[in-house]
Amino acid sequence: MSAAPALETTGLSRHFGGVYAANGIGLRLERGARQALIGPNGAGKTTLINLLTGVLRPHAGTIRLEGRDITSLAPQRRVALGLARTFQINQLFGDMTPLEAVGLAVSEHLGHGADWWRVAGSRQAIDLRIADILERFHLADAMLERTASLSYGRQRLLEIALAIACSPRVLLLDEPAAGVPEGERHEILAAVSALPRDVSILFIEHDMDLVFSFAERISVMVGGSLLAEGAPRDIARDPRVQAAYLGEEAPAG
Amino acid sequence: MNAPETVKLYLARRARWRVSEIAFWLAAAATLAFLPGKHLILAEIAILGLFALSLDLILGYAGILSLGHAAFFGVGAYAAGLFAKHGLITEPLAALVAAAALAAVLGFVTSFLVLRGSDLTRLMVTLGVALMLRELANRYDNITGGADGLQGITIAPVLGRYPFDIAGHTGYAYSLAVLFVLFLLARRIVYSPFGLSLRAVKGNPLRAAAVGISVNARLVGIYTVAAAYAGAAGALLAQVTQFCSLDVFSFERSADLLMVLILGGAGYLYGGLIGAVVFKLMQDWLAAATPQYWQFWIGLMLVAIVLLGRERVPYWVQRARLRLRMA
Repeated sequence: MSAAPALETTGLSRHFGGVYAANGIGLRLERGARQALIGPNGAGKTTLINLLTGVLRPHAGTIRLEGRDITSLAPQRRVALGLARTFQINQLFGDMTPLEAVGLAVSEHLGHGADWWRVAGSRQAIDLRIADILERFHLADAMLERTASLSYGRQRLLEIALAIACSPRVLLLDEPAAGVPEGERHEILAAVSALPRDVSILFIEHDMDLVFSFAERISVMVGGSLLAEGAPRDIARDPRVQAAYLGEEAPAG
Repeated sequence: MNAPETVKLYLARRARWRVSEIAFWLAAAATLAFLPGKHLILAEIAILGLFALSLDLILGYAGILSLGHAAFFGVGAYAAGLFAKHGLITEPLAALVAAAALAAVLGFVTSFLVLRGSDLTRLMVTLGVALMLRELANRYDNITGGADGLQGITIAPVLGRYPFDIAGHTGYAYSLAVLFVLFLLARRIVYSPFGLSLRAVKGNPLRAAAVGISVNARLVGIYTVAAAYAGAAGALLAQVTQFCSLDVFSFERSADLLMVLILGGAGYLYGGLIGAVVFKLMQDWLAAATPQYWQFWIGLMLVAIVLLGRERVPYWVQRARLRLRMA
């Protein structure tokens, strides 16, 4: 029997009043996956991310991370087990430097986050890891700047760097390139592409060029349910997907 | 310079002692010898500074706004007073530690009330807790002395060797020593990974949780520590003045404390200490110049500081210095 998938949900549901934002979702993310989650606005993609990360509690269903049931764990426990995320709208520490922010996340993940006696920066292993992440995300030369004063593209990189600093097994990227000007997108793409295969990635994206250049599998969400899942070329041809995206203008089929 | 070296240097340098800091403490120590006539007011300043440092730990570093910090100050003060009065713990330093521990227990218990909610909720919860404690102390006047205060306290010599004197020499030396030791500990805490995580929780609790920080556990932790600090300040006051009355719990004490911290600047360790010096000296000087209206000037300064954003200045200075050093 092969190892359990990196992330798997069964019957995951959450409603707000009478409206189902997630309705019986059975999503499967294989180990090493590069999987995209697409769907029109309001399809429930961000709700799904919030359920996976524990920001929202499901009304039904289970979530398994590498076979382990994490459905009722607090968000920070899930992070500790290897489930990290980025945010569609930057959620950074504006008053900190990238160095401090990455340092914080690394210390936290290596179990020194509640250390109140030792001066931050006095552990060699942590320093090396921080430097490595800052360099990989092209933040080394800006590490002493105030985060709020960084360019938007740099801030997007820091979003991802902070998630990587948690040493995730599964990484959820919520529109990593949202709002980034065309010229700076390649830097973000390159950073994501360079992530090692032992990190399984699920990403939400609206930019179809990006989806089709990066994803090896695509899941399509519509109206709180998973509509289709498959290889990019199959998804592109799927008439139900075309209908969902193009609405009434799509040829019936 | 390569990245790992910069990381190490910068993180370590954040915590390095600056010349201005050493000068500050040398100046404080010098007052022991050179300003013997001022030791009574200097002791008050040291105690207020410690109390403000306590508020800075929760407000400046963790973003918890409080209008009832006197609750912990009062518990520390009455505990120290009662220990001495009934001879439970006679040595002042031991009594101070015990009083701080009691305040910490109260801080731990009430911390769960300030975890959730907006600034307004927190203001009202902290205010309410302090009010309740004050009324409890008022109600049980057989223990606390009620409105008359706790009379007849005699404090034994510090460490069994240094008796308190009428000019306040021992009281000031003792207060300053306690302040310095607790300051060192606070400094250690804010430069640690724990301290860094508090700033993260203050800056963006959503992201803090998303990088794996147990937001609530950190808030409970620092609130408990801050309560112990406030309790120690209260104990110092009761011991140095050999008196304790209901006003240790008063709303004015909590509100003044907030003013002191804002005057000096929240979110950097010296803010509370500088604020305490400025506040007490202005009080002293203005009260002599315009006895009835001295608070007018305090009010004016407060408005000006808040509108001009004085609390950011130390931050800018620090940043600019770092940039120069790293260049």
